[in-house]
Amino acid sequence: MNTTRLLCCLGYILLAPFIGGLLDGIDRKLSARMQGRTGPSILQPFYDIIKLFHKQIFLVNHSQFFLVGSYLVFVIFSGALMFAGYDLLMSFFALTTAAMFLVLASCSTHSPFSAMASQRELLQMMSYEPMVLLACVGFYLATGSFQVSDIIQSNLSPIVFLPGFFIGFVYILTIKMRKSPFDISTAHHAHQEMVRGVTTEMVGSLYAITQIAEWYENVMLLGIVALFFINGNPISWPLAILGVLFVYFLETLIDNTTARLKWSKVLSSAWLVTLLFGGLNLLVLDLMIKYR
Amino acid sequence: MAKLNRSPWLLHYDGSSCNGCDIEVLACLTPVYDVERFGVVNTGNPLHADILLITGGINSQNQAVVQQIYSQMPNPKVVVAVGACACTGGIFKECYNIHGGVDTTIPVDIYVPGCAARPESIIDGVVKAVGVFQEKYEKYVSENKERKRSS
Ligand code: SF4
Repeated sequence: MNTTRLLCCLGYILLAPFIGGLLDGIDRKLSARMQGRTGPSILQPFYDIIKLFHKQIFLVNHSQFFLVGSYLVFVIFSGALMFAGYDLLMSFFALTTAAMFLVLASCSTHSPFSAMASQRELLQMMSYEPMVLLACVGFYLATGSFQVSDIIQSNLSPIVFLPGFFIGFVYILTIKMRKSPFDISTAHHAHQEMVRGVTTEMVGSLYAITQIAEWYENVMLLGIVALFFINGNPISWPLAILGVLFVYFLETLIDNTTARLKWSKVLSSAWLVTLLFGGLNLLVLDLMIKYR
Repeated sequence: MAKLNRSPWLLHYDGSSCNGCDIEVLACLTPVYDVERFGVVNTGNPLHADILLITGGINSQNQAVVQQIYSQMPNPKVVVAVGACACTGGIFKECYNIHGGVDTTIPVDIYVPGCAARPESIIDGVVKAVGVFQEKYEKYVSENKERKRSS
């Protein structure tokens, strides 16, 4: 058991940036196709990263490297915890810490754009955090454990008990992945409001590190999506992969068909969805457990 | 030596252009011309840009701005002057407030002629700029090595 844990953990640390980068490339290609363009090569994100590592670097202050590095380390840590099958709650707390480091890194630069974007990043965290915690609770109620290794051994896929949680989680995934209606703190597209948001002052390799951290984070979040589908039966694994790919396609579609919202709409809509889908599902689940 | 010519990120600055060239620059991003297939990203951030694309000439008010944007771009960097105005001052050359082309303020690597410059020639200019970008990178690396050796 311990060797599988170690292997999964190592597999995540080594492979996640490649999978994340490839997914990013597919996303860009798909987006281009949706807009009637040819689009760049699927490997484009890797070319970008290589270039960024070779550019000259301007450091605004010395803590920047430490903070951005900590962001990467904590994202990897949280993903490794999850893929090694440990506590889901713990892993999400580590992810929140990582996000805090990004905000700190962006704040430390004194650029007005970064400052404004860090406030928005905090608002985004406020919007998605309740649903993230609820999802953990949902997994616990559905399977009786916070441990990922137990969750994947359950008799029925958690999504059977957690359809509302799933909808809520996919909704906040759009915020987490910085996709279009919710890309208020920084966006992947040219049409920005605040230069480059939280990454405005991150030059060359610093920016590359944030990109890699984002790929790690995306793979981890998609892992959570897969967790909704996986059960003790091995057939559920390919199904889970299909589910993940579908969700990723959906995110790209949403990204290309919606316009950016104001921060108040982001917050209120995320909480509404959390309350409506997550809350109702929680209530039903609770009643089911009581009267079983 | 790494190959950097697959990922040129552009920064577009509108000097005192009549907006004709700007529309053509934006046309390059549309499905018809689609510069993203060369890996070009239109970034709004000088700190992330590799190629500075300037339309329109330099006037008394934007001179300092152009200088600042240029100095904010990390090395290696390339400047492309798009349109007659950016190359020489063009039709506005004799105006009281116009200093002339972009090269009156910062070093220009590629001149794209035309009034307005056609999207095809802009893309051509960008592709040439990408070549210069790779050259400059190689020079930048060897200079860095020399500096390290001497210190
Ligand atoms: S070159 Fe012609 S089209 Fe371009 S900015 Fe000058 S006047 Fe306008």
